[in-house]
Amino acid sequence: MPETAHVQLKKAWTASDPLVSVHGLKTWFPISSGVLQRTTAHVRAVDGVDLEIKKGETLGLVGESGCGKSTLGRTIIRLLDPTAGTIHFKGEDITHQRGTTLREHRRDMAMIFQDPYASLDPRQTVGDIIGEPLDIHGLAKGRERQNRIYELLQVVGMNPRFADRYPHEFSGGQRQRIGIARALAVGPTFIVCDEPISALDVSIQAQIINLLERLQSKFDLTYLFIAHDLSVVKHISNRVAVMYLGKIVEVAPGGQLYRRPRHPYTGSLLSAIPIPDPVIERGRERVILQGDVASPVNPPSGCRFRTRCPRARPHCAEEEPPLESFGAEHLAACFYPLD
Amino acid sequence: MPETLLEVQDLHTVFKTKAGVVKAVDGVSFEISPGETLGIVGESGSGKSVTALSVMRLQRPGKIVSGKVMFKGRDLTKVSEGEMREVRGQDIAMIFQDPMTSLNPVFRTGWQVAEPVRLHHGLEKAKAMDVAVSMLGKVGIPSPATRARDYPHQFSGGMRQRAMIAMGLTTTPKVLIADEPTTALDVTIQAQILDLLRHVNRDFGTATILITHNLGVVAGMCERVMVMYAGRVVEAGPTVDVFAHPKHPYTWSLLRSIPRLDAERHEPLKPIEGLPPDLIDLPTGCAFHPRCKFTIERCSRDVPVLNRVGDTQLAACWVTQSGVELKGA
Repeated sequence: MPETAHVQLKKAWTASDPLVSVHGLKTWFPISSGVLQRTTAHVRAVDGVDLEIKKGETLGLVGESGCGKSTLGRTIIRLLDPTAGTIHFKGEDITHQRGTTLREHRRDMAMIFQDPYASLDPRQTVGDIIGEPLDIHGLAKGRERQNRIYELLQVVGMNPRFADRYPHEFSGGQRQRIGIARALAVGPTFIVCDEPISALDVSIQAQIINLLERLQSKFDLTYLFIAHDLSVVKHISNRVAVMYLGKIVEVAPGGQLYRRPRHPYTGSLLSAIPIPDPVIERGRERVILQGDVASPVNPPSGCRFRTRCPRARPHCAEEEPPLESFGAEHLAACFYPLD
Repeated sequence: MPETLLEVQDLHTVFKTKAGVVKAVDGVSFEISPGETLGIVGESGSGKSVTALSVMRLQRPGKIVSGKVMFKGRDLTKVSEGEMREVRGQDIAMIFQDPMTSLNPVFRTGWQVAEPVRLHHGLEKAKAMDVAVSMLGKVGIPSPATRARDYPHQFSGGMRQRAMIAMGLTTTPKVLIADEPTTALDVTIQAQILDLLRHVNRDFGTATILITHNLGVVAGMCERVMVMYAGRVVEAGPTVDVFAHPKHPYTWSLLRSIPRLDAERHEPLKPIEGLPPDLIDLPTGCAFHPRCKFTIERCSRDVPVLNRVGDTQLAACWVTQSGVELKGA
């Protein structure tokens, strides 16, 4: 999209425009070596991503470890500084915002982390953990703050009396509820959920998924839901984006992606996921990928998946396939897509 | 019915902690025949790993307080530590969840893979290394002769798990116990490792005990499955039957609570309410009863015993044993 279009968006952002739009986004981490610690190379964690997230939707982001999905999520809410590209939030360019202006926007964004054991300060009470964002943004004090904390605990299905307890007194699922209450404290419109259920027991995962869905409709939230488990992502998301080695390779509504994947990586990812049904599972055809993901320091030329791709041809090494339309809301980046 | 290779009878393993005694394994029995694949599923704390460790006598600091582990006519809970060392690696091999920590970082991978044949078969270094290299090749490591000279940190996660499997197989064990072998790996790598385990089972006839929390993995891999909850077996039977008609409310609820990739429509998940039990302070009666939708008065009073329910399954549930079908919203 040309730069002028963004300026227009900024002036006239309405709820029907994308809430978040990201163009050519790159987040690279320098690798330094030698006595002088000179930067010798970069880990190209996010390497040219275009993505739009609509208001009120859940966009799922899947990919294997190291593909850059968490880095992308963190860069979008400006927890990490982008190396190149732009991030627009509610039509406003927030790519280079700092200080007070950025803080204003942070009230609109929140994050839920993977590890409910590491993401809560063990020396703070639950009340203070949830109250901290209120203090930082000066949203509530005294009695009002206390009531807000009680209310938030209730919203996530916990007893308000727990406000005086410490994180170690709670199980993983309960801690994740506390993390969710903290994310909701500032009244955000956009929440990045980074693997929010992967650390939880199987029987607890569904409780948290249902809670996130309930909160979404109650508070009109928009989610970027990052996970490696495609079954969970497909369940919770309206659209799913598949990431491989720093790039989005396919985006489509969940059902469509499952029924008719176009990128060979999506196809093999889907076929690798076990379905809890022995009859179906035994009849499934698997595309087992050879080898491992290539290095993000020195990604393959052309299409990054070509080194593992069963359909790769010489052309794939020469040119990088762009994201192209395969029908309504379906994009894929492949020269020789699946039928 | 083929002869039984390994039989565990009424195994009890406890851990003494400051807070009290944890009955990690509380009366577990099962058997496995040559070439069979048995799945043990359960959540963290269900006792599935401690069951496997107890079979290998690696349960310390836990203590096996009663029960038998019958293998080749001997009770492994009674044999000397020296004899047990012969069994480990030679007859029963185990691979662990975390391939990052189960290889020694300061020895070359090939040397470690060769260790079991050096120790158990008394092969000299060069010959043991040949065995290791050929086994690394069989588990799908490219240019195995070169890679055998690499250190573990030069291997990716999937490669390390392959090396662990190769190490376990060098002595052609009768039983391979795989404790969450793919949990730390990405799905595409998981598919590679599961495929490898299927080949091992078929080509070497190794009986496999696969421990996992992933019901999908069990569905694709195991002929029989055993479901554990709070240290006890709550259900067991042929995988096809257990998944089609679960006879324990825990299995039934768990299957309905997980999102399925092949779901046609978006329906809200049906979670199991409540929390997994505190192992030091277990609920009276059936440990699952506080979370169970079907609970009857007797459930909070008497611990249910594992009994036949239906033609092929066993379930430890008063409700289904009385003939009630599990169904509902």
